[in-house]
Amino acid sequence: MNQTETTHKLETDSKLVREYQYGFVTDVDTDELPKGLNEDIIRAISQKKNEPVWMTEWRLKSFRRWQTMREPRWAKVTYPEIDYQDIRYYSAPKSASSGAAQADPELLKTFERLGIPLYERDRLAGVAVDAVFDSVSVATTHREMLAEKGIIFCSMSEAIQEHPELVRKYLGSVVPPSDNFFAALNSAVFSDGSFCYIPKGVRCPVELSTYFRINARDTGQFERTLIVAEEDAYVSYIEGCTAPMRDTNQLHAAVVELVALDRAQIKYSTVQNWYAGDEKGHGGIYNFVTKRGHCRGAHSKISWTQVEVGAAITWKYPSVILEGDHSVGEFYSVAFTNNRMQADTGTKMIHIGAHTKSTIISKGISAGESANSYRGLVQILPSAQHARNHTCCDSMLIGDKCSANTYPVIEAETSTAITEHEATTSKISEEQLFYVQSRGIDEESATSLIVNGFCKDVFKELPLEFSVEAIKLLELKLEHSVG
Amino acid sequence: MSEQTPFFEIRNLHASTEDKPILKGVDLTIQPGETHALMGPNGSGKSTLSNVIMGHPAYEVTAGEILFRGQNILELEPDERARLGLFLAFQYPVAIPGITVAKFLKSAADARFGQGAVKPSDFIKRMRENLAFLEMSEQFLNRFLNDGFSGGEKKRMEILQMLTLKPSLAVMDETDSGLDIDALRIVSKGVNRLVGPEFGLLVITHYERILNYIKPDHLHVLIDGRIAMSGGPELVKEVEKNGYDWIRERFGKEVLV
Repeated sequence: MNQTETTHKLETDSKLVREYQYGFVTDVDTDELPKGLNEDIIRAISQKKNEPVWMTEWRLKSFRRWQTMREPRWAKVTYPEIDYQDIRYYSAPKSASSGAAQADPELLKTFERLGIPLYERDRLAGVAVDAVFDSVSVATTHREMLAEKGIIFCSMSEAIQEHPELVRKYLGSVVPPSDNFFAALNSAVFSDGSFCYIPKGVRCPVELSTYFRINARDTGQFERTLIVAEEDAYVSYIEGCTAPMRDTNQLHAAVVELVALDRAQIKYSTVQNWYAGDEKGHGGIYNFVTKRGHCRGAHSKISWTQVEVGAAITWKYPSVILEGDHSVGEFYSVAFTNNRMQADTGTKMIHIGAHTKSTIISKGISAGESANSYRGLVQILPSAQHARNHTCCDSMLIGDKCSANTYPVIEAETSTAITEHEATTSKISEEQLFYVQSRGIDEESATSLIVNGFCKDVFKELPLEFSVEAIKLLELKLEHSVG
Repeated sequence: MSEQTPFFEIRNLHASTEDKPILKGVDLTIQPGETHALMGPNGSGKSTLSNVIMGHPAYEVTAGEILFRGQNILELEPDERARLGLFLAFQYPVAIPGITVAKFLKSAADARFGQGAVKPSDFIKRMRENLAFLEMSEQFLNRFLNDGFSGGEKKRMEILQMLTLKPSLAVMDETDSGLDIDALRIVSKGVNRLVGPEFGLLVITHYERILNYIKPDHLHVLIDGRIAMSGGPELVKEVEKNGYDWIRERFGKEVLV
């Protein structure tokens, strides 16, 4: 089937497409490795990417470590056993190359349909984009302008070739391969992702953004992102993701590492809209992701803002290690689940330095028969004198078949620390709905308005244009959850 | 409007909540240009009536009809009733955290008059005029709706919404309770701005005080889910002087003045 036919068919299946407009498949020739995972596959991945020996060895070591580990099952999610030998670990469009000028027109069209133009002529103003299609990066925009400032923004594959000294220094320094089962798996098989390096004193003038697209069937996506902000540097980074609608589950196990040196600031925003499966829970992406930032320097700051509206299962805890004195960690999250979706998400704030400060604002909204859990750890070590944390996690239930859970843990090992924790769970209030409806606003729009208000504290943390997108996306997701 | 079709008519309305009957046969007709007051002791069903008129899901109508311009509105959702031109000023307005007054008013106006029917610049101008008229600061537009508002601010916000949505028939559910004299004057001034030949108003109240500011053409006394007595403005003084007991006594004999 060619792409036009595929697209047409999916668009006429109107209800589904209305619910998930990114569910189309692109027909491209691919360069694939056979399914399964062993040392030969890992060597083959490394070879395809023409990697230096140290990288191959790093992967193999990670793989050996992974073999000794067990899949974590403590999260409040249930899913059948994953057969890791039945997954394809490498699939790349044959025509992929790192420049929009040479990229396959089919790929450029795909990203255009996703709202991510890669052509130089109409690329997004104010946003530099790295586009990752299945296992590889297909294009990165705005490179020359960034290069003038000394900013490196390229695919991870390229970084390994062009900037091996930086990659060796920082890769795995925040999330070591042994960190957890999925991090070890990612370290062994990661195929691409983005690399950002902001040198000393540079304020990145545009938003950096990576758009992840899973296309191929039975393929896992294992991207690896590394962002380093040197002293006094600033960067705002945005991540977006979609996948076709398929009736089988696909695994996405990414690792994101952020490093902030003295007074550096990294703002990382995610709008996650992976295919979530159908109403009965068939298909959808397993989103098992390890994201961690390290405030290494004094007065550094790392903010995670996530809007999670997709994926069949989400297992994700963007965290911050607050090592530098006076460093600041923030986590702002909206997690929306519907139908049979399951989300177990939250954060960890590890306070090591003195006067470190963290803020956690989590808004969970469950509809349909979904399960939505917040899981958080605030750990204040004895060295973290005068550390402060403020946590607020609120859950809202729409309908009576869904559930919300909160698992907050606070461990304070110094008496000078101040921690505050607020949590609420509420059913979307009949009184609020009646009030809003009595002003002429229909039930669906009223729900959407109330939910938007509920998420306000998180949306306002997103870069403006993304905030607008996120609000629209949530409205779209809510459309079929009322009634 | 033809003679045969009353503007707003409640016929033999029975309603209950949690299987408990509250309204036991209410009849009430309001014509355009008329202001009606509804008084009654606590628990007589005043707030239930206002909620049922607007379509609160917690109340079940077990018999009767509510006709608005001849159309039975009982099957309609609250938002459909609002778009027809009904308005309820709440006794206890709820907070909508995270949604600014400006955003809420714009959403409501778009729903009532159609998306884009009001130009944003005109809309803001009108909001400012209305705010000034109600002696409210423009900062209200950026506050979250009713979130942390004082009692008086909430009631003024109800009137602001009423001025924005220009209903044809408004019900005010104890808008005066908890207001000091200045706030009462301002709220009444706002309501009186809408009073005119095309506008019907039902003022539900506990106290006669507000009726010094909003002059009713008719007064009804609700006792135990039924209208026990109806009369002209002169009845207000009588209720003020003698309370409800004498009506209750005579109500046993089904007396109507």
